[in-house]
Amino acid sequence: MIEFREVSYSVSGVQVLTGLNLRVAPGETLVLLGRSGSGKTTTLKLVNRLLIQSAGQIMVHGRRNDLVDVIQLRRGIGYVIQEVGLFPHFTVAQNVGLVPKIEGWAEERSRMRVKEMLQLVGLGEEFAARYPRQLSGGQRQRVGVARALAADPAILLMDEPFGALDPLTRDELQREFLSLQQRLQKTVVFVTHDLREALRLGTRIALMEAGKLVTVLTPHEFLKSTDPWASAYVRAFGDGLQSAAIRGVS
Amino acid sequence: MNVIRFLLQNRTELLESTGQHLWLVGWSTVFAMLIGIPLGILIAHRRQLNQPVLAVANIIQTIPSLALFGFLLPMPWLGERADRLAILALTLYALLPIIRNTYSGIISVDPAVVEAGRGMGLTEAQLLFQVELPLAVSVILSGVRVAVVISVGLATIAAAIGAGGLGEFIFRGLAMIDNRVILAGAIPAAGLALLADLGVGWVERRLRPR
Repeated sequence: MIEFREVSYSVSGVQVLTGLNLRVAPGETLVLLGRSGSGKTTTLKLVNRLLIQSAGQIMVHGRRNDLVDVIQLRRGIGYVIQEVGLFPHFTVAQNVGLVPKIEGWAEERSRMRVKEMLQLVGLGEEFAARYPRQLSGGQRQRVGVARALAADPAILLMDEPFGALDPLTRDELQREFLSLQQRLQKTVVFVTHDLREALRLGTRIALMEAGKLVTVLTPHEFLKSTDPWASAYVRAFGDGLQSAAIRGVS
Repeated sequence: MNVIRFLLQNRTELLESTGQHLWLVGWSTVFAMLIGIPLGILIAHRRQLNQPVLAVANIIQTIPSLALFGFLLPMPWLGERADRLAILALTLYALLPIIRNTYSGIISVDPAVVEAGRGMGLTEAQLLFQVELPLAVSVILSGVRVAVVISVGLATIAAAIGAGGLGEFIFRGLAMIDNRVILAGAIPAAGLALLADLGVGWVERRLRPR
C-alpha cells in the first residue's frame, strides 16, 4: 500500500531522515514510534507530499507518489493532526463535508455522508451545526477523524492525533479508534511517542531514532525485544509504572 | 451659529465639494484595495518579499502629502487632470495600511488549519479563498478602515492642486482668514471620516466569520 525505498530527507543541510526502507501493508496500523526529532512526522508528511524527499522513492498504491497529481493524491489520503486544524469559520458539518464538496459530490450524498461520519465517530446530529470553538478537545478530534474519513480514503495518516487530550478522553478515543479500524480496515500510519499507545493501537511498531529506522516489530515482539532502543522504551515505561507504585506505597 | 448659516447658504457648493471629496476617496480606496490586497497576499506567501514591499510602502507614507502632490504634477496624462493626480497620491498613501493588514491577517491564520487544509487536498486557490481570506477578512478590513479615514483627511489637501473637494473651503478660509469658511470644509470632512469609519466597520462585522 505504502512503500518507502531508500528515502532520505534533508532540509538546509540538516539530515532529518536517512535511508528509510519501510512497507506498510493494506489494512494494518503501522505506528511510527520515536522521540521528538526522530523523523517520524517527517516520514508521515512525505507520504502526502507535504514534504518532498531529497532522495529515494515513495510508492502509494503501487505508484510513485511524486508522479501523480498531488491534489488527487492528498484527497485519497485522510490526514489527522494533533492540533486538529478544523476550519474555525465552518460548522462541523461543513468541515466534514468539505472534501466531498470540492470533489463534486451531489449535495444530498454529501449530507448523508456527513451524517454517517458523525455517527461513526460517536457525535450526535446536534453537533452538525456547531462551530469548532463550541466543542471540547475530544469532540474536536472526533470531527477531525470524521473529516479525514469523509471521502473514504484507503489510507489514513495520523500525527499524534490524541496527544493533546486528557488521559481519560485519550483512552476513550483510542478504544474507539480500535473498533473503528476493525470495521473499516484502513491502512493507517500513526505517529506517536507514547509506547502505551503504540502497543495498544499498532499492528506493527516502527521504532525510529535520529532519522533512522531502528526496527519494525509487532507489539508482542516489542515487549520482548533485546534491541537496545526498544528495550530502553519498555524500561522507561516500566520505570514509570514502578515509581508510581512506590510513591503509592510510601 | 455663523458656521451653520454659512453652510446652509453655500449648500449647493458644499454638496458638490462633498461629492468631489467622496469621488477622490472612493476611487483611491478601490485602487489601493486592488493593489494592496494582492500584494499583502503575495508577501504573506513569499516571506522574502515582505521586507522590500513594506519598506517601499513605508517610505511612501513618510513623504509629506503636499510634496507628493507637487511631485506628481509634471507627470504626463496624470498631470492633465488634477483629480487623477489626487487619486493616485491618495492611493499611494492608502497602500501601507491595506498591505500591512492583509499580510498580518493572513500570517495570523493558525498554521495547523492551513496544514490540515493542504493535507486534505485543497488547492492553493481553494486554501486562499475558502480558508485564509475568510479568516483574515476582519483584519484586512480594519486596514481598509484606517486607509479610508486617512484618505478623507488627506483629500482636503488635494484642493491645493485644484482637485476640488472639501479642502476648497479650508484653503479659501485660510486665505480669507475666515474661520467660518475653514470650518465649513473641516466639519463635513470630519463627518465624512466618521461615517466612513462606521460604514467600513459595519461591513467588517457583517463579513467577520462567526
